Amino acid sequence: MHFPILSVIVLTPIIAGMIILLIPSDRKVVVRYVALAAASLALVLSAVVYISYNPAVGGYQFVENYSWMPELGITYYVGVDGMNAPLVLLTGIVMFTGVLISWGIDDRPREFFAFLFILATGVFGVFVTQDLFMLFFFYEIAVFPMYLLISIWGWIKTREYAAMKLTLYLFIGSVISLVGGLALYFGSGLNTFDMIKLAQANFPESFQVFWFPFVFFGFAVLGGIFPFHNWSPDGHVAAPTAVSMFHAGVLMKLGAFAALRVGIMLLPIGALHWRWLILALALVNVVYGAFIAMVQTDFKYVIGFSSVSHMGLVMMGFATLNKNGLTGSGIQMFSHGVMTALFFAVVGMVYDRAHTREINELGGFSRKMPWVAVAFIIGGLVSMGMPGLSGFVAEFPIFMGVWQVQPIVAIIASISIVITASYIIRIIGRVFFGPMKLEFEGHVGDVTVKDKLALTLLCVVMITIGIYPAIMSGLVSSGVDRILSLLGGA
Amino acid sequence: MTIPSFELNMVIAILPEILLVALTGIILVLDALWKPERKRAFGWLTAGGLLVVMVISFLVSAPSGEDHLIFGGMLRQDWLAFAFNVVFMFAAAITALFAMDIEGLGQKGEFYVLMLVSTLGMSLMAASADIIMLYLAIETTSIPMYILAGFMTREDKSTESGFKYMLFGAAASAIMLYGFSLLYGFTGQTNIYQIASSFSSLDFPKITVLGSLLLVLVGFSFKISAFPFHFWAPDVYEGAPTPVVGFLSTASKAAGFVVVLRVLVDVFTPAAAPDWINLLAIISVITMTLGNVLALAQKNIKRLLAYSSIAHAGYILIGVVAISALGQSSVVFYLIAYLITNLAAFGVVITFSRVVGSDDITAYSGLSRRKPWLALAMLVAFLSLAGMPPLAGFVAKVFVFAAAVKSDMIWLAFVGVLNSIVGLYYYLTVLKYVYLYRSDDETQPLPISKPYTLALSILILGIIVVGTLFGPWFQLSSRIAASLF
Repeated sequence: MHFPILSVIVLTPIIAGMIILLIPSDRKVVVRYVALAAASLALVLSAVVYISYNPAVGGYQFVENYSWMPELGITYYVGVDGMNAPLVLLTGIVMFTGVLISWGIDDRPREFFAFLFILATGVFGVFVTQDLFMLFFFYEIAVFPMYLLISIWGWIKTREYAAMKLTLYLFIGSVISLVGGLALYFGSGLNTFDMIKLAQANFPESFQVFWFPFVFFGFAVLGGIFPFHNWSPDGHVAAPTAVSMFHAGVLMKLGAFAALRVGIMLLPIGALHWRWLILALALVNVVYGAFIAMVQTDFKYVIGFSSVSHMGLVMMGFATLNKNGLTGSGIQMFSHGVMTALFFAVVGMVYDRAHTREINELGGFSRKMPWVAVAFIIGGLVSMGMPGLSGFVAEFPIFMGVWQVQPIVAIIASISIVITASYIIRIIGRVFFGPMKLEFEGHVGDVTVKDKLALTLLCVVMITIGIYPAIMSGLVSSGVDRILSLLGGA
Repeated sequence: MTIPSFELNMVIAILPEILLVALTGIILVLDALWKPERKRAFGWLTAGGLLVVMVISFLVSAPSGEDHLIFGGMLRQDWLAFAFNVVFMFAAAITALFAMDIEGLGQKGEFYVLMLVSTLGMSLMAASADIIMLYLAIETTSIPMYILAGFMTREDKSTESGFKYMLFGAAASAIMLYGFSLLYGFTGQTNIYQIASSFSSLDFPKITVLGSLLLVLVGFSFKISAFPFHFWAPDVYEGAPTPVVGFLSTASKAAGFVVVLRVLVDVFTPAAAPDWINLLAIISVITMTLGNVLALAQKNIKRLLAYSSIAHAGYILIGVVAISALGQSSVVFYLIAYLITNLAAFGVVITFSRVVGSDDITAYSGLSRRKPWLALAMLVAFLSLAGMPPLAGFVAKVFVFAAAVKSDMIWLAFVGVLNSIVGLYYYLTVLKYVYLYRSDDETQPLPISKPYTLALSILILGIIVVGTLFGPWFQLSSRIAASLF
């Protein structure tokens, strides 16, 4: 029996959260260091998993399988393959950087880190579990702390509204998927929630066509698919920085990943039947999201809508159901997670110092915080899909995959690249360059060393993948092969 | 029917009830002997005594072998009866702890005596296999409850609550009794298993079966506070002493559901199957929708919990209508989860209002700064009610929805999940006051005495254990439900 590394990754945050709750509330520094220690442990372990996963062997590795409830066939079954190993690493990175960036939280930090870590456990759990019941279990754990995190520590103007909207949207999505999941369970007649076995259940075509939309779109709500994306920009904007990072960086991937894992992998015929709809909606995401981002005047809303646009590319890659598209989506989930975490971190740093996010009121920040400006520019180039950075490695295969399926969609979607460039360049110009307003002179200073460390880590990851894509593409494509085999080589 | 001779195993089978009566007697005697200052210790005595009874029951009277009728068919010795007996005693013990420090309640021996008598009635409800016994058991449960609801005789609201509960309760039980008399009239039997077999062997017109079913259902709906006999709940909950409400909304409701399972499933399933299932499904939908929608507008936490408990009765009915082994196991599981969770929710309300003196939801502002641990307990209890993992309420909900999907009642599962979203909204609204809003009283102390800490810790731990290690609990539930067949 090997070291149960995945269970340790899943449980580390929640155990740390419990420990943090036991610390007296006035020992805020201790709270932060315990949080940092737990996040470091999770990051190191997830990196170990990522590096030691062997794509040549393929399949699920680091598997742990315990019977949890034999009567109903519920198992505690975890394992990683090429699809979810990058996402585990992503969660580790975002958790670590999120803790660094939340160092300054002064209102009830104990509760803040405890709730954030409960959420992290849910996220890790969804990514690694192979059991449908446990997937729902962890999925809900990942959703509800969001409400408290946004409503307590969020932006005072919209936090109540945004938190409630987000929670209800996501809960509606997840319970609709849940009914679909139960239908799969009983429909298979296998008396098991084990998704690897359910994938072999050969559901009849009419069954798959009927249930696929429930399962896929229920999860895709969290992936931000049009027209259910509405909660996401509001939620991003209202959330405190670390939560926005988690939210856009990891949680939206949770929705996309679950839609892939349960929707497409368990109901492949249903996916083939409905792919046109996913393709069409994702196209709206990509183009419409980018246009809306362009006209926003609030820095954080720009980033919020850019997430909607980029997540559209992920969904679009899913809908291709071919090797290029799925591989691209797999990398895009990781790349966008890192990139958007970086963006929200930057927005948070600017806002903390300027106390405004109106793009027209900002200016000249590169002189006060050059490190942040450089990081944002790197992130911006990733967002535009510049070769040599992770965004290109992810988006190019998606466009190739879409071209193979429907060239016209690829052509329309490519408009978004131009629009993305326009709003990113506008932000770089208005926020970081140009004259600085007099009111900011004096009290706007540079960011802390911890902030710089977080930004550097995120940038290094994006550049490394951009320069040397093989460290991720090989892994992801080994996971994609499994999905394609379920699709019958389609 | 011949009168069977008394056998030792029959006495052992009702040993928990006998011990319960003994405990009641002890308290009654000590009540006359002890000085008023000492009487708070009745709380410890009751809780400790019940714990002892529970342990002895586990060791001695746990049913083994075949389920069988005892005492001339009056009672049935099976896991359903035994397990719920323990559950009711657990609820009573927790309630005793919650009541100890309540002014005008915890220092009175009568309170504990009445509660124990009511518990005895519930145990007999769970075990009765004969409609006469059942009626007596229901009355034994209800009459002390009427008094308990009106226990605070100096408070108008409490008196009103007790009186309302009694009037509604008496009317409902009269109608139910009429239903019982029809059952006897049609079949010439009082034992529910014999009634069941004559219903299935003789060819009765459907109208007679359904007619008596409807009358019986009136009494049961009242007990479980299901539509259209839910009206009493908000008013009674608001006025009655909160520990009593906690007991009423959990143990008493669970006892009602056990009877629903035993009588409806055993007696009416073969004879009136499709009709009563449809009827009950409609009642379930209306009950949960009504409970959830009306809860949205509440300003008083006890009224909110009253409507929420109506909604939960609706969810549990989903498991009943599924008419399957999974459905009944899910009902049992849900009842256990709901009992712990709702007791915890009321426990927080009791602890809070004892010091603050208000049940308004707005009074909870700033609780998380004032008493973080109490706020966390409230968070756990309310999220479990809303059905969030890793808490008991999530698994319970998934099981009842699963039962509905399995029985091809997907529409019912959808109504259930949509309702749980409405539920989430108002539970979160309460938590918003606790965690988000501030108040001027934040720095005031909020002392929690020992029994409250103990009881809340047990319950919160229970919610988490049932919610994560649900396997053994479900096994137990299946075993309990299996004794219905």
